[in-house]
Amino acid sequence: MRQKVMIGMLALAAILLARNLYVISILPDEVNQGQIFRIIFFHVPAAIAAMTGSAVALVASVLFLVKKDFIYDSLAVAVTEVGLAFLAVNLVTGSIWARVIWGVWWAWDPRLTSALVCWVLYAGYLILRQALEEPTQRATFAAVYSIFAFADVPIVYFSIRWWRTIHPQPVFFSKTGSFPADWSAALRLNLLAIFLFYAVLTMIRLRQEQAQREIDYLRRTVHAM
Amino acid sequence: MRFLRQVMVITAKDLRAEMRTKEAINASIAFAIVILLILSFAFDPTEDTTREISGGLLWIVFTFAGTLVLNRSFARELPNDCLDGLLAAPVPGSVLFLGKALSNFVLILAIEAVALPVFGIFYNVRWTRQFWPLLLVQALGTWGFTAVGTVFSALTVNIRLREVMLPLLVYPLMIPMLLGAMLLTAQLVMGQPITGDSVVWLRLLFGFDIIFTALALVLMETVLRG
Amino acid sequence: MSAVAVDCAGVWKFYGDFPALRDISFQVPEGQCLALIGRNGAGKTTLLRILGGFSRAGRGETKILGSSPREADARRQIGFLGHGIAIYDELSAIENLRLFGKLYGLADPDGAARRWLERTGLERVRDGLVREFSRGMRQRLAVARALLHDPAVLLLDEPFTALDDRAIAVLQSVLREALAQGRTVVMSTHQLREALELATHVALINRGRLAFHGERSPEMVSDPGWVYARYGDS
Repeated sequence: MRQKVMIGMLALAAILLARNLYVISILPDEVNQGQIFRIIFFHVPAAIAAMTGSAVALVASVLFLVKKDFIYDSLAVAVTEVGLAFLAVNLVTGSIWARVIWGVWWAWDPRLTSALVCWVLYAGYLILRQALEEPTQRATFAAVYSIFAFADVPIVYFSIRWWRTIHPQPVFFSKTGSFPADWSAALRLNLLAIFLFYAVLTMIRLRQEQAQREIDYLRRTVHAM
Repeated sequence: MRFLRQVMVITAKDLRAEMRTKEAINASIAFAIVILLILSFAFDPTEDTTREISGGLLWIVFTFAGTLVLNRSFARELPNDCLDGLLAAPVPGSVLFLGKALSNFVLILAIEAVALPVFGIFYNVRWTRQFWPLLLVQALGTWGFTAVGTVFSALTVNIRLREVMLPLLVYPLMIPMLLGAMLLTAQLVMGQPITGDSVVWLRLLFGFDIIFTALALVLMETVLRG
Repeated sequence: MSAVAVDCAGVWKFYGDFPALRDISFQVPEGQCLALIGRNGAGKTTLLRILGGFSRAGRGETKILGSSPREADARRQIGFLGHGIAIYDELSAIENLRLFGKLYGLADPDGAARRWLERTGLERVRDGLVREFSRGMRQRLAVARALLHDPAVLLLDEPFTALDDRAIAVLQSVLREALAQGRTVVMSTHQLREALELATHVALINRGRLAFHGERSPEMVSDPGWVYARYGDS
């Protein structure tokens, strides 16, 4: 059943993506940027998906601490790992865009810089998990870290934005400035496609995590004999 | 209040033990001076442009040297299973957090009290012109660092590679606070007062301290007792 | 009818999905001395640490004198002696005891500290740093720490292991006194002989399960391996 749901979502996502790619490719070039503007249809949804993921991770972490059910821990790690991948997409597409438009691979603009800090934060979550062997302790400590990380995210965004207003940027095209109407529709549909992909990848990772727990359990049982 | 009394017992214990051996404090102060020295080679202290940003460099010194103190905070409870003695006592996790955080706070402030004059000498900066605002920024920034660092000291105490994991987990969390502290310290050390523009950073430090102290007080019990 | 000092109801402890303790249920009324025996890895230390409030049971409840040991106040009634002595090397004997006296909220921490130093034969090294103590002296100090606050319930994890003769004598005398005063003792042990002399009841933990719980019988004292043979794996 779960398999069928996953395949269904994957198919829907693939169809949407194909359709979107076609629509995006026939959009007229943007006046200032040329071809590269199309990257925004992946750059922005990837960020939104990652941020949603971090909120889901927070809820899952709190639920684990309260209910002690490992399904929440598995959900937290799955959603965080996939989120890190999407955040990386955001960072890479942002960097490519910056190279084309501004001529530099990294311009320290506030949003990308904040995204980078958040990426490092959640990478720390995974490194912490790697360092802890015992599953209950790993899940508990990871949950605590996830809560700290989530509390930090808004503070990171605000502080880096203020930091960058001290050093004014060259005037550039605002990424969420006036959006032509035909862009909004494409953006929203691509957001849906990306969310579907996110969900599918999370489910796959979730299943892998459950399997890993079972292997762990069997190994301990054998050792106890 | 019993809570505060118990906190003071823990703080006094940590400080007394540290003063007996002086292990962490000596190493940390020496480390701070070494880093200051190295930074002086990396960023020429005789150039005016360097002196302007030098206050920011100070926080690199404080965080690196302070990590030694934070690491030691719960590591000192490992020999003889002393942590068990504390956990068996009728004190909640929040008391253990606050007691140790206060002791770490004092020790890290001591490191800063040594590092600042040395910095003033190396960089030829009269850093006392905005003394009280500078003290305020030091206190707020150091508390934020200490609060987060103490929780993670407890969390990493039994982990492999504890000495690496502690900074690895704590520094990213602290980036917003470091940003504010570095900017304010750089200004204040050069004698510029806190203006309307930079007050926002002061508010950031306050907010950071409050949020993370609250989180630490609530979550310490979970970290210690699962 | 004496009150229940230690109450364990349906306790499970999981490491991941693996149950280290399975459905442990038993009660220890006030004044009893329960010897907890079992092979290495059976779960004795895990159980004692849950009873002491150090870790959380995955399922089930534990109560010490009616309250959960995870509540700070309940731990005032518990004296814990684990594998480590939980004494600070950098402090002196009396500083250590004063510290724990204050943490346990004693009215006169200094007086209690001095009394227990005498009781354990350490009054002459009162101001000596623990770092310089011999092993036996440290263990006697640990006993002083555990009983300093007159706890009603004592939880001891293999207390007789690697003690020298003097420390064993002190511990046995202290425990006999405690039991005579109506305190409750739960002690895990490998040293069956010393423990069984004091025990009123015996419980066997085998692979995380409670395999046996009953009164100490003459067979057990004369042949300590009897319980294992009867109720453990062959």
